[in-house]
Amino acid sequence: MNSPAAPTPTPTPTPNQAPRPLPVPPGRYKRYAAWMVGIVLFVICCYQVEVTPIKLMNGIPEMGKLIGEMFPPDWSYFPTIWEPMIQTVQIAIMGTTLGAILAIPVALLCANNIVTAKAVTIPVRIILNLVRTIPDLLFASIFVAVFGIGPFAGMLALMFFSFGLIAKLTFEAIEAIDPGPIEAMTAVGANKIKIIAFGVVPQILPYFVSYLLYTFEVNVRAASVLGLVGAGGIGLLLDRSLGLFRYDRACIIILLTLAIVLVIDYASNVVRRKLL
Amino acid sequence: MNEKMPKPLLFRVQFWLIAILIIAVYVWAFLGMDFAGIQSTAKTVTLSILKGFAHPDWSFVHMEGGEDLLSGLLETLIISLLGTVVSAFVCIPFAFWASANMSRGWAASGTGKIVLTIIRVIPELIVAILFVKAVGPGAFAGVLALGIHSIGMLAKLYSETIETIDPGPSEALTASGANRFQVLVFAVLPQVIPQFLSYSIYRFEINMRSATTLGLVGAGGIGTALIFALQTRNWSRVAIILYGIIVLITITDLISGWLRKKIV
Repeated sequence: MNSPAAPTPTPTPTPNQAPRPLPVPPGRYKRYAAWMVGIVLFVICCYQVEVTPIKLMNGIPEMGKLIGEMFPPDWSYFPTIWEPMIQTVQIAIMGTTLGAILAIPVALLCANNIVTAKAVTIPVRIILNLVRTIPDLLFASIFVAVFGIGPFAGMLALMFFSFGLIAKLTFEAIEAIDPGPIEAMTAVGANKIKIIAFGVVPQILPYFVSYLLYTFEVNVRAASVLGLVGAGGIGLLLDRSLGLFRYDRACIIILLTLAIVLVIDYASNVVRRKLL
Repeated sequence: MNEKMPKPLLFRVQFWLIAILIIAVYVWAFLGMDFAGIQSTAKTVTLSILKGFAHPDWSFVHMEGGEDLLSGLLETLIISLLGTVVSAFVCIPFAFWASANMSRGWAASGTGKIVLTIIRVIPELIVAILFVKAVGPGAFAGVLALGIHSIGMLAKLYSETIETIDPGPSEALTASGANRFQVLVFAVLPQVIPQFLSYSIYRFEINMRSATTLGLVGAGGIGTALIFALQTRNWSRVAIILYGIIVLITITDLISGWLRKKIV
């Protein structure tokens, strides 16, 4: 968004010489070159995946047609989708909680101010990062293969997904706590467990609950699509409705998902704001 | 922490009410899990999965003129790049609409915030499914899905940045007779661009992760190969795809983390 018309700010010599000179901004030509390179890269990328303006133009009427078929939503389908929707929320609750329980010891093992041995923190962190790169739907597919189709597989998938997220957020919060209480307790001879229970937990608890609620919000959204791979919840019905070209049914499913997610997001935001 | 101090009755009642509520929610959620028991095939399936992960299908990494791992990963990367770039620009007007200090009156910024919330809460895979139905399967649907979905979050973060800017420069420019556009270009944008860039790069990291699964619904990227491998239970191929995803995401995370540190 750097407008080419913007005057290049030249560093003016001041009588009070600053101790550190400001970095000289790149010249006009350099900026033009950067924009050119960016635009060329963008065009190459578009060409590579065949994203063209013509496709967009052709797509817009199709999208209009689709939306036209979605309305009015099929309200008679509502009783059928209510139960899977509830199941979606249940999957999210169980997955988040189990993931959070798993995350507590791992977060403590990652934090530099609790475990001073680098030989422990670094490998645990690497494993945590690897877990976080695995998509939740892949977890779900694997668990469906092992445990069969149903919400249990979805719960396990979300458990691993939430574990990675909560453990990362929590260990970063643990590293940012006030070291005072820990030092004081070390000085009077408390052991590691006592330090964690009385020096770390009280400081970290509001953050932990806040991250738990945030992950729950993310998980409700994730759970609503888990059914696409057979892991329970509303996604299965969405997939089926779309497969049968019943867009009015798909619409009511999306609307209900939207409503549930909005309510949960709002409630969890209220609680989180009270906590922090 | 202090057990000796008697707590007021109201506090205790509140505490127990919340505790009972939470326990009730968990019992309810647990009952919904209807665990069917481990299937008789679970052991053999687990063994074959583990075997697949121990022996990934290296031949899939590069195949002559076919849909191989490298081309899939490249497509994933491009989808997430394009989705991020498109949303990073498209969301700017939305951000100004939703920010309280830039739009006139709370009604404008309020409606902007509501629109962004609605965009944000629709799961991106659902957006992707709709675009696949509309424009056909392929990377284009994925780019559109990521682009639309990212607008919701990016515009929210952008508007929060805009709300925290120093009003001094804008006032000074207005006082010296600049019009609204000039104020925008010379007073507002210079203050917010580093933060905008940082948020966009952060969003790129999130989009990378989403782009890996977009293919499951037919929206392009490595997910297309992944869903085929999963459906045919070709675990050694699933394994090599998973390893590819892990390597790609780790590398892009490192690069974007380094870039964000340089910017802010």
